[in-house]
Amino acid sequence: MTKVVNDFSIIVGTKNGSGSSTANNTILRAIFKMGIPVSGKNLFPSNIQGLPTWYTIRASKDGYLGRRETNEIVIAINPDSFTRDLASVAPGGAFYYASDIKLPITRADIAIYPIPIKDIIKKDPTIPNDFRDLVGNMVYVGALAEMIGIDLETIHAALSFHFKGKQKPIDMNLGAVKAGVEYAKTSLEKKDPYYLEHMDKTDGLIMADGNTAAAIGSIFGGAQFVAWYPITPATSLAEAMNDYFPMLRKREDGKHTYAVVQAEDELAAIGMTVGAGWSGLRAMTSTSGPGLSLMTEFAGLAYYAEVPIVVWDIQRIGPSTGLPTRTSQADLSFANNMGHGDNDIVILLPGNINECFDFGWQSFDLAERIQTPVLVLSDLDMGMNQWMSKPFEYPQTPMDRGKVLTEEDLEELKGNWGRYFDKDGDAIPYRTLPGNKHPMASYFTRGTGHDEYARYTEDSETFYRNMQRLKKKYVTAKGYVPKPVQFNGTGAKTAIMAYGSTEAAINEARDQLAKEHGLVTDFMRVRAFPFSPEVDEFVKKYDQIFVVEMNRDGQLHQLLSLDYPEHVMKFKSVAYGDGMPASAKWVREGILAKHTQPAAVTVEEKGKN
Amino acid sequence: MSTLPMAGAPTNVNLVGLAKNDYRGNPTTLCQGCGHNSISNQIIAAMYELNVLPEKVVKFSGIGCSSKSPTYFMNRSFGFNSLHGRMPSIATGAMFGDHTLKGISVSGDGDTASIGMGQFKHIMRRNVNLVYIIENNGVYGLTKGQFSATAERGLALKKQGTNPYMPVDICMEGVVTNATFVARSFAGNPKQVKELIKAAFAHRGIAVLDIISPCVTFNNDETAYHSYGWGKDHEEPLHDITYVAPRNEIILEREMEAGEIREVAMHDGSVIILKNLEKGYDPTNRFEALRALEEAQRNNWLTTGLIYVNEDRATLDETYNLVDMPLNRLTEADLRPAPEMIDKVNALMF
Repeated sequence: MTKVVNDFSIIVGTKNGSGSSTANNTILRAIFKMGIPVSGKNLFPSNIQGLPTWYTIRASKDGYLGRRETNEIVIAINPDSFTRDLASVAPGGAFYYASDIKLPITRADIAIYPIPIKDIIKKDPTIPNDFRDLVGNMVYVGALAEMIGIDLETIHAALSFHFKGKQKPIDMNLGAVKAGVEYAKTSLEKKDPYYLEHMDKTDGLIMADGNTAAAIGSIFGGAQFVAWYPITPATSLAEAMNDYFPMLRKREDGKHTYAVVQAEDELAAIGMTVGAGWSGLRAMTSTSGPGLSLMTEFAGLAYYAEVPIVVWDIQRIGPSTGLPTRTSQADLSFANNMGHGDNDIVILLPGNINECFDFGWQSFDLAERIQTPVLVLSDLDMGMNQWMSKPFEYPQTPMDRGKVLTEEDLEELKGNWGRYFDKDGDAIPYRTLPGNKHPMASYFTRGTGHDEYARYTEDSETFYRNMQRLKKKYVTAKGYVPKPVQFNGTGAKTAIMAYGSTEAAINEARDQLAKEHGLVTDFMRVRAFPFSPEVDEFVKKYDQIFVVEMNRDGQLHQLLSLDYPEHVMKFKSVAYGDGMPASAKWVREGILAKHTQPAAVTVEEKGKN
Repeated sequence: MSTLPMAGAPTNVNLVGLAKNDYRGNPTTLCQGCGHNSISNQIIAAMYELNVLPEKVVKFSGIGCSSKSPTYFMNRSFGFNSLHGRMPSIATGAMFGDHTLKGISVSGDGDTASIGMGQFKHIMRRNVNLVYIIENNGVYGLTKGQFSATAERGLALKKQGTNPYMPVDICMEGVVTNATFVARSFAGNPKQVKELIKAAFAHRGIAVLDIISPCVTFNNDETAYHSYGWGKDHEEPLHDITYVAPRNEIILEREMEAGEIREVAMHDGSVIILKNLEKGYDPTNRFEALRALEEAQRNNWLTTGLIYVNEDRATLDETYNLVDMPLNRLTEADLRPAPEMIDKVNALMF
């Protein structure tokens, strides 16, 4: 049997609320600490306790972090999903299970490893009765560690991090891990080929989730006001702001330069954000699809009244019940048209943890520069899962507070100014902030019916003029939004376009397509709406462009088709949405299915991810 | 700007050197005789008499006839005419910008008690430092005469039929939701309106001021507003809906005495009953406030005056322990963590 080292996936099936996340995060972090590129994805139900939940961990020596659709190692702790879990093991793989589950083992093509978790825990006198179920999960961590070669030091490091150095829980959990190790040593015989070995590919990297990154990035962006309403998967973003504000904005006098308000609903959350943005604060809110729906009216008002705000949408499936804890990229069309009437919303599309951080601070600069609502579309997979990442980087440019007139400025202008004049020819007007003491500072804010001095009017010509300026302002935004990321230089005439968290799966699929199908592709990941000139150039260059995204209707495909009607025949939609993070498999198969000149198949399809 | 008037300065200026005109807004576009205009005038008078710098005031409103009125007073103050029923959230966020400012907001019964009920209740819970005036006429004016949630049960309006629902009592909502200042007045009693606006402005925290402000155009039925004319036949048919009759404002001829109950004739001969609160009434006693409101409901009274006040609760900005400098004057040095903090943050990640 040939050893397979650092290139396989593990999935753990447990009951929701059984405390298995500590165990699974420990495996993930221990593998990361061993220097092996690794990704972890929590596939959880909308439930507090009882329903089946899975956690997948992928170790990849080649650095592929996307989801895989096959699992070589399956750990079954939940009787309810036992049969399904058993069936899901890849041929030749390994099946670990809690041996108090008395269900038939129907597979002969895999290695079977029973673990009497309950018996092992019972024998440990140091574990209080109440903690047996929680700590019991650590027994499978120990057994797995022994069987695939995770060393105890890295497990210790992971537990110390998780319990923030608190000795008692660290010891208790480590005790259970050691019991698992001991059991595996004495009672299990290795019959599968999957092993981990130390590498050096995670040196200098961190592990973080996108919501934490977004929160910290926003604080480095000088966030001053956050209003939010709890909603999965966005909740942890606002909670992370509560966690990090005190440390990052600590002052000697103990007073606060920020406020985080939990609103009564999303209507109020964005309302407060618009109020704060209008009054001159760096104001933001975070939500997911259902909340975004509720925020629509205010987003439209902010667009027309030209109020800078930042809205994070951590996309999920919705509305109502069903799959609210599954990931999605299906809010793009909606976000692009948020608000009634003519509308252009500036949208940022982070594709990894570093960009969640960077767009955290950049979104404020952009919102205040353009004086408009800026939406940042992340997703559940990026927002809530742990990703290995480069360390966060300190903002490279000073804050851009945009065009604000102070008392001194107004003195110089002798009070002669108008809120909605296009003085500089870039369609961005000047604004003043409440509290400005100059007698000519004030203006009255309303939606559509205002002239250049913000005076009420229902005059058609004035309205038309203002609408044209708003359109021009959106064009100005093209020069300020983040440029797309490009993976070019192959000389190919075929390209892929995508956005957000699918990059890992797409780059893996590109490697497979090139190697196994002779289909070489360039790749652009767009990072903002409106499209900057780099997107125009890219679209022109290729014969066919596959637009890959996690939704049903191909929303980016639609928007590209609208923006580039002359190239519409090039765009081929590879859209797929089932709530699961993108995998190289569906990207590859989707592209092959739409490819007009099918490349020669060089490797047998069977058994490949 | 805040200097005292010099010797020889005109005498029609107040202590901050401003004339009443400095507190005015644009000409009103509301109907002639509308109670809302009277309230705007009393806001102007109160701010002038209180020697308030207009730059220290921010105006807010939602949508509706009432919400148009911030345009008609204090042009030198910032203002935000926001969305229907959403003024409270705009004001809540905006007041964080500069906590040294005071907010004056104007809403209506539809804007507050129908579409905006949720935000109304929550701004009271949070005790935002804001005067919250509800110009209450029991009817939707801008959409031409539908019932609002404060319309009394049995009220008949042209085209709408009879209102089958119980009314929302804004003051009752205020007291039960722990608003720190709750008062009621009547637009036809300008002196009381002005005095209550002054008291509300002086209050730190949310000051809910429910001002009954009859709609001269759409709620002029004789059965309106707790009237004795209940059930009486109409004396004349209602006006054509597009016709707005010019009318004079209803003004009380004589000041009311404490404890006095008085009937006030409306434009169309219907009657409103005003009852001044008894002398010795303790507005700091929440139990008494609820009793007074319940008594008024049972007797079909319109109890006016300061119903409840609590000066002890921290305002929202105080709760947040903000720096002395207004947040919207902080700069990058205050807001962006130092470069070395990025390493600390990275060290906190795994």
